[in-house]
Amino acid sequence: MSVKTLTPPAVQLAAKADTRGPARPMPKPGMVTFRINGESKTLSIAPWTTLLDALREYANLTGTKKGCDHGQCGACTVLVNGTRINSCLTLAVMHDDHEITTIEGLANEGGLHPLQTAFINHDAFQCGYCTPGQICSAVGLMNEGQAKTEADVRELMSGNICRCGAYPHIVDAVMEAIKK
Amino acid sequence: MTYIGQPVKRVDGYDKVTGKAKYAAEFNVPGLTYGYVVSGTIAKGKITRIDSSRALAVPGVIQVFTHENRPHTAWFDINYKDLDAPPGSPFRPLHDAQIKYSGQPVALVVAETFEVARYAASLVVVEYNEEAHETSLEANLDEARDPKSGMADLLKPKPPKPRGHADKALAAAPVSVQTHHVHGPQHHNPMEMFGTTVVYDGEQKKGKPHFTIYDKTQGAPSSQLYVKQIFGFSSDQVRVISPYVGGGFGSGLRPQYQLFLAVMAAKELKRSVRVTLTRQQMFTFGHRPETVQDVALGASADGTITALKHRAVGATSQFEDYTEVVVNWSGMLYDVPDTTLEYQITPLDLYSPLDMRAPGGVTGDHAIETAMDALAYELKMDPVELRLKNYSEKDWTVGDKPYSSKELRECFRQGAERFGWENRNPEPRATKRGNVLVGWGMATGIWDANTLPARAEAVLTVNGKLRVSSATADIGTGTYTIMTQIAADTLGMPIDDVIFKLGDTDMPLAPFQGGSFTAATIGSAVKQVCTDLGKKLFKLAQKSKGSPFYDADYDEVRFADGHMRLKKDPSVTMPLIDMVALNGGRSVSETSTSIVNPLKTSNYSRHTHSAAFVEVEVDEDLGTVTVTRAVSAIAAGRILNPRTARSQIIGGMVWGISSALQEDSKMDHRYGRFMNHNLAEYHVPVNADIHDLDVIFVEEHDEIVNPLGVKGLGEIGLVAMPAAIANAVWHATGKRIYDLPITLDRVLY
Repeated sequence: MSVKTLTPPAVQLAAKADTRGPARPMPKPGMVTFRINGESKTLSIAPWTTLLDALREYANLTGTKKGCDHGQCGACTVLVNGTRINSCLTLAVMHDDHEITTIEGLANEGGLHPLQTAFINHDAFQCGYCTPGQICSAVGLMNEGQAKTEADVRELMSGNICRCGAYPHIVDAVMEAIKK
Repeated sequence: MTYIGQPVKRVDGYDKVTGKAKYAAEFNVPGLTYGYVVSGTIAKGKITRIDSSRALAVPGVIQVFTHENRPHTAWFDINYKDLDAPPGSPFRPLHDAQIKYSGQPVALVVAETFEVARYAASLVVVEYNEEAHETSLEANLDEARDPKSGMADLLKPKPPKPRGHADKALAAAPVSVQTHHVHGPQHHNPMEMFGTTVVYDGEQKKGKPHFTIYDKTQGAPSSQLYVKQIFGFSSDQVRVISPYVGGGFGSGLRPQYQLFLAVMAAKELKRSVRVTLTRQQMFTFGHRPETVQDVALGASADGTITALKHRAVGATSQFEDYTEVVVNWSGMLYDVPDTTLEYQITPLDLYSPLDMRAPGGVTGDHAIETAMDALAYELKMDPVELRLKNYSEKDWTVGDKPYSSKELRECFRQGAERFGWENRNPEPRATKRGNVLVGWGMATGIWDANTLPARAEAVLTVNGKLRVSSATADIGTGTYTIMTQIAADTLGMPIDDVIFKLGDTDMPLAPFQGGSFTAATIGSAVKQVCTDLGKKLFKLAQKSKGSPFYDADYDEVRFADGHMRLKKDPSVTMPLIDMVALNGGRSVSETSTSIVNPLKTSNYSRHTHSAAFVEVEVDEDLGTVTVTRAVSAIAAGRILNPRTARSQIIGGMVWGISSALQEDSKMDHRYGRFMNHNLAEYHVPVNADIHDLDVIFVEEHDEIVNPLGVKGLGEIGLVAMPAAIANAVWHATGKRIYDLPITLDRVLY
């Protein structure tokens, strides 16, 4: 097959990069204070830092995972004021004073969160990389109170991809926690 | 046995549900710098100018590496060959101005923060002299040729020579079918993106720098060897650690370019460096190749297959001859006197393909098993009956060897029973449920059951615990758990007193995790080393003053409940922790190599088998296909842990649904680039796509494969599913769709 030489849009854009002039001034770091897992934490963070990167690279809370950085996989799901969100699609500076719960904050002195226990009992993961997002998402789902049946859980947990394919076991684990 | 065969919960479960499990890009160290890769935008040509000046002017940028200022690395191809390299000349990142494929890394920006590196990467200007490229397999089938031979042939044998006269037999057959299949490329897309954290430990022995490398890999030793060869390090300069891997599926079988780039930068800058790829860049190294296949089957009226032809052409890169076993399986499944099996490759301007879960197997199986379904209908035979009629008792492709074990008949029987297959109406389009058509299909699966040599260490620690280690990986398969079970049983210890460690080049050498051989391979090594440690402990006990074992032979003792006992008189006993005291208060350790006896195994064909039964619903108005339920019956030798084993097979079945209905890396041939390079447009199943999946493990005893009788489960759950789904879609609609994936456009038109 002969190929016509066409210039894709990305290449055209890249070629234009030359004309954009000198690099823009760097965003200045500012102080952001949030409550992470019940503890107040103040970080010096530039405004272009996502909440996900703030957690992983600045707060050393690597339990929250980066799977795509585009809100397409759900691995970065955390709870902000009890609501599940993709932490890669929000900037850290937007969460001043917010209550953030990550996978590291679910267990307490009494032991694991019931969902964590259910995930172990039902073998609801293999590689474990999507697991913190799955569990945080399931906590959010339970807070929403809208999942009653297995079909509900399947539908409402579909923002969290599991490439290992542990879905049937994830449904079993979430159903067990919902019924309790 | 106390633990082997029991549904022990994953020993790494706690770490994985609490966020404590650390993956390669999660080892944070002070002074860490961040590398961001700039990807090339053309498929073939030459870089004529690369301008890093604006990136370098950004405060916080430390260096921009390109082919122009790349530090010196090894010269010869051999230095770039990793343990899974196909024959050819491996890709070298930032080597020169040549562009070999779209998405090729052309620069690495290193900065003090991730955000700065990412921004500065957007300022690197690259100009190219573009050349015409070829990325379409279907347009270049005339270029197909035989692959070069190499080490890869050991695990991926070429097809056997033709036997008989398939064409003649086909022409003479009263019933025949011919099928043509095109499979698109697929990308592994593990959830964890490829990343490497290189910790610069400073200069150590004799002023030489030392690096601790956390790499995403299915084999830490392979990564270590790779960087040693390229950068001229000795073994004591680089330690590769990989305790957790966020999915592999084959993508981690070869060291990827972020490892090279991170080590290069750390060595040059004398700083710790982390390089993580983006999801888009996850489509710039290794994929399941596009493959075109043709199958022809001829049969006599009673269903005996008299002619079999299976030909496949797979795509590869211009620089390596990547191959798969695609067609051999047809010969293994059906012992047909007149058979021709052919496999060729076509080089294109792409990156080299890379083994992806059940490489070749799932590809070839889909072709032969959909052709079998069509043949069954032509013969007016039940698809299971046709397979039973042509059931192979031996494997002619390796010289008429018997199978070490093959409980496939039992898979058919139990799978069909669980599924309710006997109620199937053989006619297509016969069943409706509301406004959707319902179809049932089935297929056979087959995969290798290899056991490779490996090493392991076992240590009875000073506090009486057992610590076993081997430099293998656990990509989610359950290695940590099953090895703990094997070790605990071999030395009769409570499982809580046993810990298994892996993924560290300071540990004894093991092959990478792949090919469904880890349970068998590392399991054998763990059993071996624990047995050897037991012998050592026995000798220690025997030599002690007034030993109750003084007159005993090793064969006369057994290990149970943390004690060594005389078999004939269990009251004669010694706790294992006492052996530490007998060793002067020091731990007792042993390192062993396990090698299966080739004289025993080489007389047999060693494989796992499966039968998949699937129900689909097809909405003809929308073209959508839903797998409403599926049963996989698996014959894979001894099942070490039914809990983790079930997860392996369920995962494989989900991959089968994905492969049949969703996954397709779409190439825009004008640009030679994969268009849908993200998880929104590269479709994989989400929770709502997966319904009732059932797994049966058929009892299968195998004395040949290895002392544990274990065959491996990584791929066999996937192999039969796409064919079974395609057959069910035909049964629902009366339409044979032989290409994959079966997307709604193919159902509609």
